[in-house]
Parts: sequence; C-alpha cells; structure tokens
Amino acid sequence: MKKTGSSLERRDFIRLTGMTGTGLFLGLRSLANGLFEPASLRDAAAPLQLTPFVHIEPSGKIIIFNIKPEIGQGTWQSVPTMIAEELEVPLDQVEIVNSNGAKIFGQGQSVGGSYSIRGHYQQMRGVGASAREMLLQAAASQWGVPVTECYADNARIHHRPSGKSLGYGELSEAAAKLPVPKEPKLKDPKDFKQIGKVVPRPDVPLKSSGRAVFGIDAEVPGMVYASVLRSPVFGSRLTGYDDSAALKIKGVIGTRKCERIIGIARYEGIAVIADNYWAALQGRKALKATWDNQGKDSFNSAAFEKQAKEMSKQAGLVDHQEGDFEKAFASAPVKLEAYYETPFAAHAPMEPMNCTAYWQAGDKVDIWTSTQVPDDIMSSVPAEFKIPAENVQLHMQFNGGGFGRRLVSDYVLDAVSLSKQLGKPVKTIWTREDDMEQGPFRPPTYSALKAGLAADGTLLALEHKVISPSIEATLDKNHDTTKVSKTMTEALGEQHYVIPNLRSSYVYMPIHVPLLYWRAVTSTTLAFSHECFIDELAARAKKDPMAYRLDLVKKGSDTERVLRKLKEVSNWDRKLPAGWGRGVAQYNFFAGLCGQVVEVSKQGKGVKIEKVYAVIDMGTIVNPDTVKGQVEGAIAMAISAAVKPGITFDKGRTQQSNFHNYPVLRINEMPVVEVHILADGGPTIKGAGEPGLPPLAPALCNAVFAATGKRIRRLPFDINAV
Amino acid sequence: MAPISFTLNNKNFSFEGDPQMPLLWVIRDFAGLKGTKFGCGIAQCGACTVHLDGTPVRSCSLPVSVAAGKKVTTIEGISDNIDHAVQKAWIELQVPQCGYCQSGQVMAAVALLKRTPNPTDKDIDTAMQGIICRCGTYPRIRAAIHRAAGLMKA
Repeated sequence: MKKTGSSLERRDFIRLTGMTGTGLFLGLRSLANGLFEPASLRDAAAPLQLTPFVHIEPSGKIIIFNIKPEIGQGTWQSVPTMIAEELEVPLDQVEIVNSNGAKIFGQGQSVGGSYSIRGHYQQMRGVGASAREMLLQAAASQWGVPVTECYADNARIHHRPSGKSLGYGELSEAAAKLPVPKEPKLKDPKDFKQIGKVVPRPDVPLKSSGRAVFGIDAEVPGMVYASVLRSPVFGSRLTGYDDSAALKIKGVIGTRKCERIIGIARYEGIAVIADNYWAALQGRKALKATWDNQGKDSFNSAAFEKQAKEMSKQAGLVDHQEGDFEKAFASAPVKLEAYYETPFAAHAPMEPMNCTAYWQAGDKVDIWTSTQVPDDIMSSVPAEFKIPAENVQLHMQFNGGGFGRRLVSDYVLDAVSLSKQLGKPVKTIWTREDDMEQGPFRPPTYSALKAGLAADGTLLALEHKVISPSIEATLDKNHDTTKVSKTMTEALGEQHYVIPNLRSSYVYMPIHVPLLYWRAVTSTTLAFSHECFIDELAARAKKDPMAYRLDLVKKGSDTERVLRKLKEVSNWDRKLPAGWGRGVAQYNFFAGLCGQVVEVSKQGKGVKIEKVYAVIDMGTIVNPDTVKGQVEGAIAMAISAAVKPGITFDKGRTQQSNFHNYPVLRINEMPVVEVHILADGGPTIKGAGEPGLPPLAPALCNAVFAATGKRIRRLPFDINAV
Repeated sequence: MAPISFTLNNKNFSFEGDPQMPLLWVIRDFAGLKGTKFGCGIAQCGACTVHLDGTPVRSCSLPVSVAAGKKVTTIEGISDNIDHAVQKAWIELQVPQCGYCQSGQVMAAVALLKRTPNPTDKDIDTAMQGIICRCGTYPRIRAAIHRAAGLMKA
C-alpha cells in the first residue's frame, strides 16, 4: 500500500510506542493487552475532557492529532494551533495527523455548525498546556532546579538563571512518566504568538501544487472502480435490469446491486464494476434498468410551491412568541402581509462524492474517503454491517468541499457494501450528475409574514410563519412531525429586534426527497424573508433601512454593535452615484452573527453587485485571515444561491444535472468584498464558516429595491432582468 | 490497438487502451498523477485543466487520442519545489480553501501569465472564468495573479 500505508503503519506505531513507553503520548496509557483507553488525564482534568492529541518522539518530532476534518474552513491550521500555542511550538515544526475517527480521541470528530474553534478552544489549549507543564517539570527535575526558573519556548525548555536548555524530544520520555496536571495553567492571551495572528496554513502549499491528497485520490493495490446507476425518480423500486451490453465493454468486470442509505431512505442501485473508472462509466451507460416509480413521477416543483401557498393559510405550530400577536395584529390600524419563496439547493462541492473501501478477511474494513463526520463513519459502518467498531479503520483525506453534503455517509456505506460483495478494494466515484440529481438538497422555505403597524409606521406586531419540509423528518424515522421542526424556523426567535408582539410558527410539508443541512442551513432562506420584510416595514414607515434597524434593535446587543460598525465601514450616509442602491441585512443564528451592506448599480434591465461590506462578530479568533476567507467564500456561495438557478423537479426527477444548468458563481461575477472582523478577544467565541451566508441575499434584494423600487420576494431572481 | 504516446511533464508516456478515454482518467489512473481533478466531466468546471502544447484544456472532455505526439503538462509538471511564481503568489496570499479546484486554477493562471504577462482584471476574468471555485476564493485568485505577474517581472 504505497500511498496509504503510512496510516496503517501509524496505527501500529501508536500502539508500539505506547507500550514501550517511549516518548510523551499525552493522555494515553497502555494496558497489558496493548489496547488503549483514555488515561487518567481525561478524568483528572475534567471538565477539559483532554484526549490524546500530542505525541513527542525522543527524536524531537512532534505530532499533533487533528480531530476536525479540513473542508476548506482552515481547521488543518486553526485546531492544531490551539494546542501548539500552549505547547510553545511553532506549527511549522509539527506534523499534523488526522485522528481518523478513532475512539481514543473521544467525541467531536466532525465538522459542522461553525463549531470547531468555539467548541474546542479551552480543551485544545488545555492539552497543549498540560504537555508544556509536564515537559517543564521533567526539565526542572533533571536539572534539580525549581520549575519556576524554567520556561518553554520554541520546542525547548530553558533554565533562565543558567541559560541551559533541553529539547522536547530529550525530555519526552521523562515527561511521559509524570502525572498529568489537573489544572494546567493557560497562557495569558497577551502572550499569544500564534492564536489571533495571521499564520500561513500548512495545507496551502500542498493545495497549490496538486500534492494534497483528497478522498478521490486514494490508491489501493488491486482496487477496482464502480459507478452506480440509480433511478432518477426518488422512491422508485428496481424491477429488473439487463447488463449484457455493459458486460461486453472492455474493462467491465461485472455488476452488483447495492443500496444507498441516507436518513430514513434506502435507494436501490446497480453498480458497474470495472478495472478502470472510464470503463465503469461506459458500462453504466450501457445498462438497461426498469423501475416502478411508485407514483412518485408526478412530483413537480410547481405543484409543490402551490401546495405550500395553500398550506400557508393554516395556523402554524407555534415556535416562539412574545406578547400577543393575534390581539395586537387584529387591532393594528395598518397591516402589512408578504409571502416569500426560496428554492431547493444542491451543495455541489467540487470533489464529487467518492469512497474507497476494502473489506478484508476477518470482516475488517479499511475506508479512504473525504468526510465531515469521521465519527459517524466509525459508528454507522459497524452498525450497518454488524461488525465490531474496532474492525473499521478510517483513512481521512482532505475534503474537496463539504458545505454540509459530507455530513452523511451514504456514499461510504455503498462502497463498503460493494467491497464486501467483491472481496476487493473498490473505489466508487459519483458523477457530477449523480451529485446534483440524487440529492440530498437544502429544503426550500416558504414564509408568510404579517405585521401590524401604528399609523406612524411603528411596529406593533410581527408574525413569521414558515411552511416547509423538515430536514429532520427525512433523517430520523422517530422525528415527530406534529411538533415544530426547530431547524426549519431557525433563529426566528433569536433576532435582537425589540418587537412587543412577536410570533414565529411552522407548517410541516411532507416530502419524499432526501434533504440535508446546507452551509448556514435554514438561516440562508429565513434571513432572506425576515430581513427583506424588515425592509418593507422600514419603507412603510418611510425610514432609512439602517436607521430603522438601529431604532428597532435591542440597545447593547451584538446586533447593534454589528450594525453600527457596518454603518461606519460602508459609509452608509454617503450619497451613491445615480442608479445605485444599497441594502443592509443581518442574521443572528446558531453559527454566529454577520451583517452586510450590498451596493448595486442599475445595468440595463438588471443590476450589478458593485461591492459587499461584511462585519462578522467573532469575539476571539485563531486566524483572522481564515475568518476573512470564510466570509469572502460565504458571500460567493450566497450570491450563487440568490441569483443562480435552484434545484427544481418535474415528473419526479431533478431537472438540474451539472454546472451547465446549475451554474454557480464564477470569477467574473465576483464583486469586491470588504470584510471587517469584530474580535475583542473576550470569552465569547462565535463561528466563522457560516455566518457570512445569510445576510447576503436580503442585503442584495434590499439594495435592488433601493436602486429600482422592485421588491424581490422569490429566490432565485434574475440579476440581469429585475 | 497501437499505443498512444505523448510527453507527460517532459517524460514519454504510452497508453494502451480505449482511445476515447478522456485524458483526465489516463493522467490520474494510468500515469498515477492525482493532482489533476475530476469535477464535472463536461468541461464546465475546469478542475481538470492541464496544458496541451502549452494551451489550457479541460482534460475530462478530451479523448486521450488527441494528445498523441503532443506535450501534456499537469500541475505536477510546473515546478519541482512548489516555487513557480504563481504558486509563490498562491501561498503568499493564502488562496486555497478546500483546494480541490486549485490545480486547475493554477494551471489556468500559469497559461494566462505566459500569454499575458501583465493581465488586467478583464484578462483575468476571461482566462479564469472557466474554473469554478465553490469555496469562493475568487478575490484571492485575482490578487494572486497580479502578484505573480509582479514576481515574474522581478
């Protein structure tokens, strides 16, 4: 196993090193049988929940295990940096190794929800600080000096009075024998050398030279390739297939049935196995399959949207309420109502789904893939194939994008199933058409909004009713659809506006297509309806949209701070050229908070996005440049979602199949983006990966209104013909 | 079937198989060079961009037979030590996020700068719009191409 051997060897290496007790392997102790379990460290240092992340070899080589898959959000640098900072080692002297979902690293081996930094900031620093203190103690003991005379710097322990020093490698054996500090002392943030600084990401050279290894690049000797045909109509049953033409194609080895398992759905498929991928694709084209569509071929977007509009008349399940909306609305002298619509969306990460699996004798399986959820793979593979968890070895690779798509392991399970049937390593690669046609999709939300105003425009009552399918209902068979699906009303009760009578509610729409979390999830669609409606209220009150929000916002709230900064950096009161307009929006939700001002100019029948100003509220950050890049990228993705086609269905089939009919933003369409980060270094830490998305669409549509007087209540819209 | 021979990163390479197989799969799975990526299969995303006699082409949609007797350069062929001016600029400006499209971006940028050593934003738009970055690294790609142009002059 030329390319992948290091991971397998690593497993053995860890075991061997631990057993012989050489080196400092923080947080592990070896048992007589050679297995590991979290050491006393973990228990003793609770609530830090330390797990074995640091390994220092006697040679001086330092390994930091990273539990957070890199999907483009910078965790390959930011997460190990939290340890390296406290350990007093520059990250460029560290080898970073994926944790591969191994049990010894505990929970949290997944990425989603913009959680990697804020969820592990204390824990990772505690790991580094513990190791530093053990190394300090080891040096002090060796020299017979007080530990207070020693300090750690640049992977060495120094004795201040004498000037002598020892490298971490020289101390690692002795340090490993010491008790793990119960309460390691974290550094004063003013002494940080890496956290909060712009530090180059170690994966960037690899990714600028084709050397970064992604899941699709896995190479296992003897492996065969597979491409899987599934029904274009969700919910079909396979009634038969003829593979005689496929089997005649040179390179095709055979066909096998396999099942795609995603959430509560199981979809049958026929895999064409070949000795090269191109042959597998040709074989798949030659397959003839017949399907019973189970009546699902009548499903279409127009009917679904009509159904939503009908259902919007129903009383919703109450999600959040303050005051008495009904009463206040009934007695309000001015009433305003609006209906907003958004589309289904595909994640479309640039690396298509793929997995290489090798089912070996003794029911052992090795898996090479790109994933956001190594921990899910390590639990769902054993559960599905009824094998012990320790039989599964994952080899995580860099992810060619995630955006939520790689939060499920459907593409892993079918590869494992094929390898089990064939007894050979199998690499499955989805085509782009598979990726776009087969889902899972971000669901649409339809919003029915009502507001009651005083005669002078003062806001008295607001209701936001969401009509939508539920992601959870498609993932969990035990999901109770008679209750509010909180993901689908995401953060409607968390906006920092002071509205005396406020209600959000939910009407559930059943659906049979697979749905999933998409970067910033439902906040991407609800921010659009909510913040555009706020703009409608401002217009009705004849107020400037920024001034209106600043009046409405809770004083002293994070949103007020963001809006004030946004007003300043966008020079909001500056007069724009003729034909220009600007719009503002913000959204406070689980991942964090960002506000944006978009400036557009009229161009013929359409508009051009001239500039986007973004203010993201972070608190404490690890790498400001990564945060900036995340906001830039989120804005690009949000523009795609606002102005490029969504996913639609006809005759039960997805109508979009590839980037020609599901185009995404290209470089010539990218506006100038100016990112401002609010980070005072305080204890609050917010997410960076997602908050840049939700405000873009409403800020853009509000800018279109300012420039043209046209109110956009349906996404996507044609930016060249508003 | 006669083997199809071409120069791959200045070495001779010979392929025996379906002449219709896209150059991409030959490069990845027969020559074993994984830096060139599969993204769409229909020349829409540009992740598979390589140079054919110096011109950027979408290898996912180019039958290997077209490469016969020609010079193919992949991301692995533009430098030995990640020190091409474009790569230096990419690193300096921290362009990649997930990185999957970046081989294609770098190859397109290298070809652009060879043709147009002082590209305008418009030149960059024209040369680079064939390569999708779903992470949205476009502002940095633009800045890095200008930076690389400066480095190449120095």
